[in-house]
Amino acid sequence: MDVFSAVLQGLPMTLWLTAASFGIGALGAIPLALGLNSQNRLIWLVCRLSVDLVRGIPVIVWLFLLKFGMQFDAFRLSPTQAAILGLGIVSIAYLAEIYRGGLQSVPRGQVEAAEALGLKSRNVFFGVRAPLAFRIVSPSIATYLMSLLKDSSIASTIIVAELVYQSQTYARQHPDVQGILPYIIVGALYILLSLPVAYYSRRLDARMRKEIFA
Amino acid sequence: VNWFSAWADYLPTMLDGLKVSLLLAFISITLGYPLGLGLGLLVTSKNWAVKAMSLAVVEVGRGAPALVVLYLFYYGLPNVGVTMGALMAASFALVWNAAAYSSEVMRAGFQSVHRGQIEAANALGLTARHTFVRIVMPQGLRSATPGLMGLAIQMFQATSLAYAIAVSEVMKAANNLGSRDFNYLKVFVLAGLVYAVVSLPATWITVYFEKRMKRAYA
Repeated sequence: MDVFSAVLQGLPMTLWLTAASFGIGALGAIPLALGLNSQNRLIWLVCRLSVDLVRGIPVIVWLFLLKFGMQFDAFRLSPTQAAILGLGIVSIAYLAEIYRGGLQSVPRGQVEAAEALGLKSRNVFFGVRAPLAFRIVSPSIATYLMSLLKDSSIASTIIVAELVYQSQTYARQHPDVQGILPYIIVGALYILLSLPVAYYSRRLDARMRKEIFA
Repeated sequence: VNWFSAWADYLPTMLDGLKVSLLLAFISITLGYPLGLGLGLLVTSKNWAVKAMSLAVVEVGRGAPALVVLYLFYYGLPNVGVTMGALMAASFALVWNAAAYSSEVMRAGFQSVHRGQIEAANALGLTARHTFVRIVMPQGLRSATPGLMGLAIQMFQATSLAYAIAVSEVMKAANNLGSRDFNYLKVFVLAGLVYAVVSLPATWITVYFEKRMKRAYA
């Protein structure tokens, strides 16, 4: 098999890891972001500490902890499950922090205007504050998605057959000049994959600035 | 075995690993940031060849996963006759990573310096070099400082990737202990705590510093 096809075998798994853990993160971060904005100091402190703790531990530690640490009797996670869960947990913490920043940077006037119009506090939040916050932070979310794509490569260390794992396999089978190719190809592939997201986020950012702050 | 006695048994080995992790983080920051400053300047060069080259170095450093760059240095280069030790390969990869990311942070810092400052310097007849070194750089680096502190914490965490090429850092120590007595859960929880004990206070200091700076310039 040629080096391109060999490396590309891992592409579906890389995309699946990224999409699945991003899904977990995008949803799981919502309650945590609300907790980070809570007036209740106890709730705030618990959420704050968990976000900081999760972010303070490298991804590879989460993956090994889930893959090798979580083995009880017959229960164990498959490499792919451990990778998705680990990357998902880390995404929850990072995205919660991004959401929190968004909620706090919605211009006060927008919220006050909604209140002055007599909207119920629930509608002020879900109808005005949350959608505006989402737009403000959507470029940051796109940036995070790209770093998640790159972090999914760490799953190769717990033997998930994604892009980097396939590159390693090919390189091991070709211990000659060809052995350097898969690493160059896979590096270029990650850069290529993040281009559309970067382009989209830049356009979104420009539009959002016009609509909310202008 | 109870958790704390197991941890007491593991701790010396883990701390030996932590020394290597901290050394790697130190290398990547002290070499990477000055390189990043240089790259940040080269990217704004008027010479297109210089600009394209430095842009490529930055974009590859930021766009390719650090793990891939690590493998390229350690497993890839020997195939074309360039061989180096694991610690050296990890240093090269992480320095590249730190340089690429820090160049962007510093460039954003320089751009945040108010145009009036530069115009004032021009009006006073300062040369371009003087304007940059005495006016733009000090103010730009100051506003880039919280970002660079945050990046330093990220770099410390990224040293854990060196495990993949058998550098004897925290993860390697943990894995050795794990395969010795199969207490993987206890070992990796301890590894996580070892990283957290360094990253958490560092994060809090960064947040505190950022808040104080915002107040000082508000």
